[in-house]
Amino acid sequence: METRPATGLIGAPAKRVEDQRLLTGRGRYVADLVLPGMLHAAFLRSPHAHARILGIDTTAARASAGVVAVVTGDDLRDHARPIRALSRMAGYAATDMPALASRKVRFAGEAVAAVVGESRYAAEDGLDRITVDYEPLEPVIDPRAAMAEGSPLLHDDTRTNVLLSREFSQGDVAAFAGSAVVVGDRFRFHRHAAVAIENRACLADYEPGTGALTLWTSTQVPGMIREALAELLGIPAHRVRVVAPDVGGGFGMKSALYPEEVAVSALARRLGRPVKWVGDRREDLLTSTQAWDEDVEAELGVNADGGIRALRAKVWADIGAYSVYPWTASIEVIQVVSFLPGPYRVPHYHGQAWGVATNKAPMGPYRGVGRPVSTFVMEALLDRAARHLGMDPAAIRLANLIRPHELPYRSPSGLVWDSGSFAESLERACEVVDYARLRAEQRRDVSARRRTGIGIASYVELTGVGSAIPASPGADIATGTEGATVRVDPAGTVTAAFGLACHGQGHETTLAQVVAQELGVELDAVRVIHGDTDAGPIGTGTYASRSAVIGGGAAILASWAVREKALRIAAHRLEADVRDLELSGGVAWVRGAPDRRLTLSQIARSAYAGAKRLPKGMEPGLEATRFYDPYIGTAANATHIAAVEVDLDLCAVALARYVVVEDCGRLINPMIVEGQAIGGVAQGLGAALLEEVVYGQGGQPLTGSLIDYLIPTAAEMPRVEVIHLERPSPSTLGGFKGVGEGGTIGAPAAIANAVADALAPLGIEITELPITPERLFRLLAARAEAPPSCT
Amino acid sequence: MTAHRVRVTVNERVYEREIEPRLLLSDFLRHELGLTGTHVGCEHGVCGACTVLVDGLAARSCLMLAVQANGAELVTVEGLMKDGQLHPLQQAFHEHHGLQCGFCTPGMLLTALDLLRTNPRPTEVEIRQGLSAVLCRCTGYQGIVKAVEAAAVALRSSR
Repeated sequence: METRPATGLIGAPAKRVEDQRLLTGRGRYVADLVLPGMLHAAFLRSPHAHARILGIDTTAARASAGVVAVVTGDDLRDHARPIRALSRMAGYAATDMPALASRKVRFAGEAVAAVVGESRYAAEDGLDRITVDYEPLEPVIDPRAAMAEGSPLLHDDTRTNVLLSREFSQGDVAAFAGSAVVVGDRFRFHRHAAVAIENRACLADYEPGTGALTLWTSTQVPGMIREALAELLGIPAHRVRVVAPDVGGGFGMKSALYPEEVAVSALARRLGRPVKWVGDRREDLLTSTQAWDEDVEAELGVNADGGIRALRAKVWADIGAYSVYPWTASIEVIQVVSFLPGPYRVPHYHGQAWGVATNKAPMGPYRGVGRPVSTFVMEALLDRAARHLGMDPAAIRLANLIRPHELPYRSPSGLVWDSGSFAESLERACEVVDYARLRAEQRRDVSARRRTGIGIASYVELTGVGSAIPASPGADIATGTEGATVRVDPAGTVTAAFGLACHGQGHETTLAQVVAQELGVELDAVRVIHGDTDAGPIGTGTYASRSAVIGGGAAILASWAVREKALRIAAHRLEADVRDLELSGGVAWVRGAPDRRLTLSQIARSAYAGAKRLPKGMEPGLEATRFYDPYIGTAANATHIAAVEVDLDLCAVALARYVVVEDCGRLINPMIVEGQAIGGVAQGLGAALLEEVVYGQGGQPLTGSLIDYLIPTAAEMPRVEVIHLERPSPSTLGGFKGVGEGGTIGAPAAIANAVADALAPLGIEITELPITPERLFRLLAARAEAPPSCT
Repeated sequence: MTAHRVRVTVNERVYEREIEPRLLLSDFLRHELGLTGTHVGCEHGVCGACTVLVDGLAARSCLMLAVQANGAELVTVEGLMKDGQLHPLQQAFHEHHGLQCGFCTPGMLLTALDLLRTNPRPTEVEIRQGLSAVLCRCTGYQGIVKAVEAAAVALRSSR
């Protein structure tokens, strides 16, 4: 007989099962869904950053053709409690974020009223007929100024704009005194937007008979949204179903609970009809959570041999108007301070962080969370120290990178690196780019108006974080576990259901690879279900580079449980010893006697037939639900090397070469890992060179369209070379490490260092990202010897 | 508002509808015809997700009124598959991991189709410039560029 073993599925570049529907226009995103009697909501948004609402006149709007209802914050207050992100962290103050602002608006774009109409067009007609009487208040724009006594306050009940303060310390920073060189500066990493190409959208359906609510929403975290809606709307949790259908990108931005999700649910309940809201790009750029936006003062002291002595930093984060649920105002800035020492030995460290409320859109998690900023700062400091010491940037890193024999390593902020290939990734990256040759070519570079530069960034991140530390420290939510239900039906095909939600990562393929291999069936015998709280085990969703590690681990455990039971049934039916059985490719057989075999379908039929065909005392059925907690999680690391050309006349930066050597442990699907890495680099390139959310005078957002907020196109992206080191994690089931965010962590630092390297002969340092043509122009214009010729 | 009668051919099928003059072509395709494969990403003509072919040329359906398409022949992503077979461009996107979340994909496919019709042998730089009309936030474009390179070869050999 022939049995093709299904081993080797983990690690295979399997083509995605998602592709067929997405390529043919048969994807189902929230905006595509239609329910009988469905209404459409549109939100009226504040034009002021900070203002008191004195009154709202909705009379004309109510009379507008096609308008079914108009509600304000006061109308909605009794129907939905405000969103409140709690935390056990000392030095944290929670804020109330209402579904619709009442009495006060705290950022331009905050929703103050909703119109529900028979069509989106009718609802928007209604918006035009609402009059709001605002009393503008002095806006709070600058976080440092907002900390001062006497600054206007955003939230009266917190009595301060500082929603968070935290300090980390190890050793004694008096050690700075013995340094051969101390380098330091003030660094600015400006505010960014995630810009998922699908805008946020949700559709709520409330069934008055049973009191059940279903919310289809473009989210990464259906499990979290379900719990939160139940609480805020006072609906028993078992009557709330949240579905994330096809989701058009998330990048962390779709991992918070949004006011519109609460408002639309409350409206559907109140009106007894389904209500849909589809955000437009302006709403996305004004109201989706924004990212990073830190102001960092940092200093690094090194010995004459380049060895790090001490590091200290103060970090101010502009967290915007509200602390978002469930992550809180701490998510970004704490990560900056926690991860600043990077993959290096830092004996003495002191870090302080403040999260300060301002009249801007709320800050939330975005790909990399804190680490793009910490990596930018640390890698810039290392390059500067190297320049002062006359050392090569690669050499100073190699002198400080934590080596395998030092692992596990407890970082100065208390994070544990369980494993890592830090120096190996750097050495390999240098080899791949032929670093020595690049340096030699750079020295021969004769064209003074086009400078070449090489930038290195090494980083380590914590992925698949288990229950030891919450994904957002102190946040009142469990993020350390996920479950998987693996079910074999009588036909012998397999359904694997997860609490995870996918927004482009290809879980329907990768998790199927894991289940197929661990259970012993063909890949196309497995169907993965995700993103529906009614269909999978309790879980939170997909964020923080966790799904491969935690979801993959749960998939392995559930698959093993089903496999073990299937083998026991097969042994009973074949009258063989279970230890003599193989199960692969959907067939179980007796080793050495391949004609003594049963298909998984035959085994499953026995399992559901009951006692007559099962070993004595065995429970019928062939499915298992298992949960997995990787506890501390696992470190993932990479080195990025960028080679750039800086045109001093056009003030333009072009990428000549880009290499990523990443270690995400054992690969499930190298094609998908490569896609994640390159996609991450693209967002990092945007962060380094193009993207910036700008607020002008009075807190007015100036980047309300994609003409103002520039994300990379195909023309700006270089061809990225990705090398997988694949050192399996010793700490996680399956040896997987997370890889979703890494590209965005390394790229801003590598590109910034490359530009700084190109401009170092001119005495120019890069302290501010993005390096837009305007910023570059100003830096060059300040240097008399090299002003841009276009002045 | 006065209703206007429009008659358009979409994916070789004729449709006639009475519509408001302000209705966007993208909304017409999605809401009136149920062709939700055409996606709306910005409604100001930058992201390109809503790109369709109008009389053979790539156009942003969010920047056109449906009444302007009266009498026109349109192709949307739903019209690319023939006889149950993926178009060579769709097949190439599948093989070269040219999509992740899939939201920009319809606009990317139709833009690439337009590019390959006008330039059957594009260089990598020409592909990157041609596709810069559509924003993808997931892939970093590399898989897309490879897919279009591969599709160019496949389409030339099938001619």
